[in-house]
Formats: sequence, structure tokens, C-alpha cells
Amino acid sequence: MKMNGARIMLECLKKEGVDTVFGYPGGTVINIYDELFSFKEIRHILPRHEQAGTHAADGYARATGKVGVAIATSGPGATNTVTAIAPAYMDSIPMVIVTGQVPTALIGNDAFQEVDIIGITRPCTKHSFLIRDVKDIAMIMKKAFYIARTGRPGPVLVDFPKDIQVAMGEFAYPDSVEIRSYKPTVEGHPRQVEKAFKMILESHRPVLYVGGGVVLGDASEQLTSLARNLGIPVTTTLMGLGSFPGDDPLSLGMLGMHGAYCANMAMTHSDLIIAVGSRFDDRVTGKLATFAPHAKIIHVDVDPTSIKKNVRVDLPIVGDVRDVLTQMLKLTDKVKDKAAEYVSALSPWHEEISDWKEKHPLSYKSSTTIIKPQFVIQKLRELSDEDAIISTDVGQHQMWTAQFFKFNRPRTLLTSGGLGTMGYGLPAAMGAQAAFPGRQVITICGDGGVQMNIQEMATLVQNKLPVKIVILNNNFLGMVRQWQELFFDKRYSQTCMELPIDYIKLADAYGAKGFLATKPDDVEKVIRQGFAENGPVIMEFKIAREEKVLPMVPAGASLNEMVLNA
Amino acid sequence: MQHTLSVLVENEFGVLSRVASLFSGRGFNIDSLSVAPTNEEGLSRMTIVTRGDDKILEQINKQLNKLIDVLKVIDFTDGSGIEREMALIKVTAEDESRAEVLRIVDIFRAKIIDVTPKSYTIEATGNPLKIDAILDLLRPLGLKELVRTGSVTIGRGAKGWKG
Repeated sequence: MKMNGARIMLECLKKEGVDTVFGYPGGTVINIYDELFSFKEIRHILPRHEQAGTHAADGYARATGKVGVAIATSGPGATNTVTAIAPAYMDSIPMVIVTGQVPTALIGNDAFQEVDIIGITRPCTKHSFLIRDVKDIAMIMKKAFYIARTGRPGPVLVDFPKDIQVAMGEFAYPDSVEIRSYKPTVEGHPRQVEKAFKMILESHRPVLYVGGGVVLGDASEQLTSLARNLGIPVTTTLMGLGSFPGDDPLSLGMLGMHGAYCANMAMTHSDLIIAVGSRFDDRVTGKLATFAPHAKIIHVDVDPTSIKKNVRVDLPIVGDVRDVLTQMLKLTDKVKDKAAEYVSALSPWHEEISDWKEKHPLSYKSSTTIIKPQFVIQKLRELSDEDAIISTDVGQHQMWTAQFFKFNRPRTLLTSGGLGTMGYGLPAAMGAQAAFPGRQVITICGDGGVQMNIQEMATLVQNKLPVKIVILNNNFLGMVRQWQELFFDKRYSQTCMELPIDYIKLADAYGAKGFLATKPDDVEKVIRQGFAENGPVIMEFKIAREEKVLPMVPAGASLNEMVLNA
Repeated sequence: MQHTLSVLVENEFGVLSRVASLFSGRGFNIDSLSVAPTNEEGLSRMTIVTRGDDKILEQINKQLNKLIDVLKVIDFTDGSGIEREMALIKVTAEDESRAEVLRIVDIFRAKIIDVTPKSYTIEATGNPLKIDAILDLLRPLGLKELVRTGSVTIGRGAKGWKG
């Protein structure tokens, strides 16, 4: 059947199983929107800013594991998506972003709302396509989704000129796709896996160091079994939180700059680090020269470029983390007696770790007069549903959430880890809530970041997305202030948000409810009130203004040189 | 250490800029880069001369392979390749220097491709070291303009890149 290019695009999305898209209309996508008007199989959510719409697609993808889809018009619409594409690229989130483009005959003429969005996004997309013929739409969309979700996932941008949207063509969606120059390695090399397993059984102080790859690769179950079968302690990166139950005795919590004392000490004293789906980011390793000085390193990752990029690796395994962990589990099953022996031989290591845990647990000074942010996080954890999805913004509240929420399930923490994008939390929660209308979705923000996409309150109310917005308000850009306190003689240059905002009135203005807590006794009441509401809610907590995130490894210091109380 | 990489790429929209921006974005060096279509339809071949220690070269290799449009990367550093470059050289040639230029051209088996009363334009082909050598000899006589193609490299022996 003949149809126009815009309709073909929508049919492609339907074929890919897309049920929700986040987009913003404009001159060069008006034809897509015209088709969408009568296309009932796809739910379209209109954000109030293209950046937020694209973050929402990212949140949708992180929460579901499916490919998130965003649409924006050419020029400013497209450039507004850039700040939301970059974090998705850094955190390997599968997304397809469709941008309108001026008609092909005008490309390069500095036409109205023309921008070279493929050029602008080249360093922050996994790949991109410019559609130049109506005949190519279906194959390009097939490839775009395939590239976005396979191998190390990532965002793919499809630039779609207006004249191609109008052109008529036949729609036939390809059943399969074959790209000869793109063949991601899925299966880990069995001999490498065997060698790794042997190294594990020979180790005395092993640590599993686990990243977002385990969440994205849906390998939490395999990881958890392996760790428990072999008694290996697990520390996760920010992106890896939830891949291993935070409540498990083997859990060391998060490592790195604001990691737990026991996690950083375990890495420093380990004789074998098994890195799974993690990439030795500088926030994790601290000073490279002194990182894990006694450890051999096994590195499992689907992306070969992650291996040996920052640290030496003794045994690389390129492959899908779930496949590699499954192979390791099979090997464990084959030598049950030996594995049991190994576990019991680890008891001195377990004891040492317990000592570190007891000596310096994650803690804070509680107060009866001022609300401590860590207390709010603990209360949120206590009072929220077991399957609640939490998104965060970026800064102190993000680290307190990572430290004190103790995530037990994968895909329940949505956070901009690699890029650290302020303004991410609220729209990402919006995307997750659109995917799971029945689940509790909470975004934990600071008063800085929440204002970067606060306009999305309107989207929440309009679309009946009952996101619970928690604002830990210290009237500071707290993380930068903390650095200024510790390293710049308390010269608080431009970090004080001097104008107090009435967030309760603000919620009211958008037609949502707002609740305010000013003292510790209010905290539980406000959380209960907020959770009881059927619609979107702001819960504002006036917290201790100069509370710091601790422990802290100062930038450039070794992992074991933590500031524990300052 | 200098490395010569042959990169087989799909002849898709924007592939050159993807490769170039990978090098600039990650701070890798490009000493020279040449690109043209191959005998196989839809495939182009880039020859990139770059520098770095083993760790950097491993990253360059992996990062190139990670690009969706890159089919194959061949590193010719171990002397397994034959490397050639062409230079077009415009040199001042008046009075007594005209004979000297001709002698140099002859020794290097280069060609004169344009003549005026005041100049010769020379075409020289060879491995890049040979080009450097002829330039060293011509420079004192007055180099007016120089165009080099950058290296192109092919493997030795009967086998093609597919084996």
C-alpha cells in the first residue's frame, strides 16, 4: 500500500513494538504529527521542552529495557535534544531520536531552522542516519533500532527531511537486518572464561566490581547467583546499583569517590578484581597509579574499547555479560565441592571486610532539630513500595540516594552517571511513569537540578503521570559548595540559590499538590501524604544546608585516602 | 611510534567525518589520511598514518572498529605492507640550477610534468622516505609549492585483504 514517508515512519515504530513516544511538534515534523493525529496505536506524550522529552525517552528505556523514542523538529528542536542524547550515550541507553530536517533541496543553504544535527551529535550518538529517499525509511529504521539495542547499546539519531515525509512510497518492513561492518561479539570466548574461573578459584581476596552493563544486559540474576555460590563480595558503580541486592551480606555498596569505606578498602586490598560491565571510570578508580595495587584484573565487557582503556587488564573477556556469567555459573556447578572449599577458604577475607564495615559504616549525625538528607532517603526507602522506581538528578542528593537507598532490584535507579546531567531526574521519572502507570515512581532532586526542567510539572499533570517529586532543598548548589568548602576556603562563589522558591505554590500553579517538611518530625508525615496522593506531588524537605557527602576521595587521591569526617 | 592503518569503510554518508572526528575527539594524531573507492562497490579504503604507544594504538584500532561503517582495520606497522606516496613539487629553476634539478629528478626516477623558463613542476612517487629525501635536495634550490597525497599502503604477497 502506498503511503507518505511520515506514515511509513509511524508504521516502522509500530513494527518495532513502540507504544509510547515523547516528542515536540514543529515546522519540519508537522507531517509526522498530522499522521499521528489519526494513528491510535502509538501514545504520544508532549513534554514542555525537547530536552525533557528526550530524557523521558531515556528514562522509559532504562526502566523497561526497551528502546526509547523521541521526536523533535529541526534546528532548535534538534539542538535541544543534544543535552539528553549525550547522557544516554555515556550510560549506553538504547534510544532512537527522530529529528525533522529541512527539505533535501535546502540542506546546506542555511535554511530557516536548519542545523547539521548529525554533525552536532556525531560524538554522542552510537550512529546516525540521514534519510534521503522514501524507499530507504524502513531499512534505516530497522537498522537504527537494531544498532541502538545490540552490542553496547546507545542512542541512534535519524534525521528526516520534510520532503521525504511528504513523498509517497510503498511500506514493507524488513524481517531481518544484516550489517556486514557491525557484528557485536555476544558470546564470551569459552577458553577465556575457563581461565577466568581458574583465576577466581586461585584467589584469596576477590571482589566483583559491577557496573551498568549488568543492569543493561539483564544479568542481575546470574551475577547474584555467581556471587552467592562463590561467596565473592560485590561492589557496584553508581550505574550498577540494583544489579546486586543492596541488602545482601555480600554487598559492599557503591565504590569510588563517594563510595563506602569497605568497598574502597576491599578494592585496594584485593588480589583479584572481576570487573563486569564496568569501565574503570575516574570517579571509580581514584588515582590510577595506586589503584588496586595487589590485584589481578579480569574484565568482562561487551565493548572492546572499554577494556584496557584506563587500567591494565590481566584477562580480557569480550562478550555479553549475561552469556559470560552464565558460562561461569555452569563451571561452578561442575565443581561444586571445590567451590564450597573455596567459599570457606574466603572466611578471613570476609572477616576483614566485616571489620571495615563495622569500623566505618555509611553514617551521618542525626538531629532532632534539622532535617538530615540521609534520614529522608532512609525514610523514603522504608515507606516506598518494594518495586518503586527512583530517578535522581545530579549532585549531593544523588550520592546520598546511592549511599542510603540500598537498591535491591535492577532498573529501579535511573540516574545520569557518566555525563552527570542536571535536570535529568524529573523528566526521566516522567518516562518511567509513562511506561509503568501502576508503579510508584519517585524522583529525588536537589533545588538546583529540579529547576532545570521544572516545566515538566505541566506534562505530569496533563498526562496524569503521578510522579512523586522529592526536593532536598538546601538553597545551595550543594556539591559544588561542598568542594568550595573543602578545597576553596569556603569561598562560595555563585553556589547560593539566594531566592527562596515557594515550591508548594509552584505545585499549586501547575495543578499538583505540594507538601513541605521543615523539621525531622515532619518527614514521615510528608512522605505518607505525598505517597497517598493519586496525582503528581512535590515533597519539599528543608535540609541541613551545609551537610556534606562523605566519605569522599578527593579528586586525584588514591581510593583508600578517604575523607571520612570533615 | 608511527603506524600505517588501512581502514575499509562502507561508502556511506558522513563516514570520513566520523573517522576524522573520532581522531580529533579522542586526541589521536593524524599524520596523513587518504581515501578513495576500492574495486568493490560501496567500499572505500582509507590509509591513515598515525602515532602513539602500544596502548594508544590499541585504542585507535578498537575505536575504529567500533564505528558502525568500519568493516576492517589493518595495521601495516610490522613492515608487512608496501607504502607509496606521490608528491607534486614546483621548484624554482633558473640558469645554473635548471641542470641540477634535472639531475635530481633523474636520480629519483621522478618526472617533469610542467616547465616554464623560471620553474619545473615535478611528479615524484615512492615511499614517504624517498619523497622526504628528494625534498631535502630540492629545498635549497627554491621550493615554491608542494602537494603530497599522503601514504597509500597495500599488503605484500598474493593474498588480498580478505585472505
